[in-house]
Amino acid sequence: MDNKDKYKKVAYYPGCALEGTAHAYDSSTREVGKALGLELEEVENWNCCGAMEVKNVDTKLQTYLSSRVLSIAANEMKHDVVMAPCNGCYHNLKKAEYDLAEDDASVEVVEKLSTKAGHETYKAGQIETIHALDWIKKAVGEEELEKKIENSLQGLKVANYYGCMYTRPRHIFPEKDQGEGSESIDKPHYMDDLLAVAGAENVEFPLKTACCGGAHTLSDSDMSTKLVLNILQAAEASGAEVIATECPTCHSGLEMHQVRAEKELGIKTNVKIMYFTQLLGVALGMSKRKVSIHENVSDGSKLLKEKGIG
Amino acid sequence: MPIHEKSLIRPENLVTHDQLVIDGVDVSGHWSTFIETRVVKDYNEDMQDEIAALAGGENIHRCWQCGSCTNACTINAENPDFNPRYWIYLIRMGMESELLRDKDIIWQCVSCNKCTSACPRDVVPEGVMKATAHWLELKGHTEKSSSTIFDEVFSEQVFATGKIEESRTMRRFFSRTGQPLMPSWFVEFMKRLIRYLPVKMLMHMGLATVFTPKTKKWDKARDAIEEYVAEKKAADRKALGLDKLIEQAKQEVNNIAAE
Repeated sequence: MDNKDKYKKVAYYPGCALEGTAHAYDSSTREVGKALGLELEEVENWNCCGAMEVKNVDTKLQTYLSSRVLSIAANEMKHDVVMAPCNGCYHNLKKAEYDLAEDDASVEVVEKLSTKAGHETYKAGQIETIHALDWIKKAVGEEELEKKIENSLQGLKVANYYGCMYTRPRHIFPEKDQGEGSESIDKPHYMDDLLAVAGAENVEFPLKTACCGGAHTLSDSDMSTKLVLNILQAAEASGAEVIATECPTCHSGLEMHQVRAEKELGIKTNVKIMYFTQLLGVALGMSKRKVSIHENVSDGSKLLKEKGIG
Repeated sequence: MPIHEKSLIRPENLVTHDQLVIDGVDVSGHWSTFIETRVVKDYNEDMQDEIAALAGGENIHRCWQCGSCTNACTINAENPDFNPRYWIYLIRMGMESELLRDKDIIWQCVSCNKCTSACPRDVVPEGVMKATAHWLELKGHTEKSSSTIFDEVFSEQVFATGKIEESRTMRRFFSRTGQPLMPSWFVEFMKRLIRYLPVKMLMHMGLATVFTPKTKKWDKARDAIEEYVAEKKAADRKALGLDKLIEQAKQEVNNIAAE
């Protein structure tokens, strides 16, 4: 296990979604960090990582966009670790790291664009990119977290949903599948571990890393609705009352197509969708409002109240 | 989900004669059913190179047809006609007319990366799907898909300002794809979404329609990116011989006019 202190103060890259529709994920992440005594320093003048879209215009341009964020965090702010709670951002920073280590043509384009844009060129290996799950796991760990749980999620049945970008493609995540303590690519468990400590009952959920169709949420809504319904219905069949998410695209995709399936197809699903940081926040003794549960489209306040949680 | 490969026997190639007598034997109806032979003559030998020149298609030559991509595919599970392995085969063989039979579904790849994760040869099938969809559009075989329009609207905003403001991206997307500004289910979603968002947040989203959020010190990066994108687009056109095609067409029009 790495040194915990290394992760107690990290650079924070919220990304565009957390400034917009995923406001609840941003605020709950910050609140949970505060409660656990962790420090986040937002990357200055950050830009969009390119999301799922820019790579279709040019792959190397996407690498450049992500490398600019890494460069600011590493060179200007002198951080060793950057944390991104959004799966898309996390994935793209990892992808940039991989490309800059493996592909000379990418290095060339990034050097050229960085010089013209007037900032230092990011070089592979300068900074470690982690997800919000890694952050809590590595900076705090289950033992320490358990001591801080004030409001157990006991009796709450949760399906943990990790989505695509957290583990795929496997080659850009060299630190995963490295034996005990590391994250698994085929069966990720970090969110399960943390929420289990918080008292939740994790159900057997087969679609942990299924795709919600997030890339085509709007451009191919029918397909997205089908894919989301697979996930919602599988979660309900597994007995889950809540789907815990760790990605703003998955989260809003699930919420949006839960509404769409109800409106357009007449298929209603009752499972609630919450960010894992919201659940952790409640378990750490925060009010539901503080972790913005009321901001979710699929509002779980009532469910938590019925369960006597928070 | 079962894996279905495409049947090589197509309904339109099945021929049955209602009335047919051969050498005095009556073979009318289904007794005379036979399959018309198919002959492929129009190989496009440049197709693989053209697709390899577009973003994502670079590694297509590495494929050895194991089928792991199709086996892992999210969309294939919903629609068996969506078959990345088969399309990569067609492209590598240069069978353009066969590929065009599926031209209207190739863009549906959701980039879940299951194929890329499963691929033992680092083909990046997900990238190949994007490159193929892009190739179909550049060559004029398909209209721009709604997915491409979304990519463009999104990328334009990132290049210009460094950041994305979602409501603006969505509005532009709906207007460019000619959809009603907001489909009814989307209105319902937005209503539920903004019900409890803090006022400050709503102000931020509302103001974003007037003042676009921007990354500070972005101007130089923007100029560098725009220059790079222009170069890249020119390179794509060159790789696909589009300028040459247009020149040829012009020449022909001139010739006809001269006559």
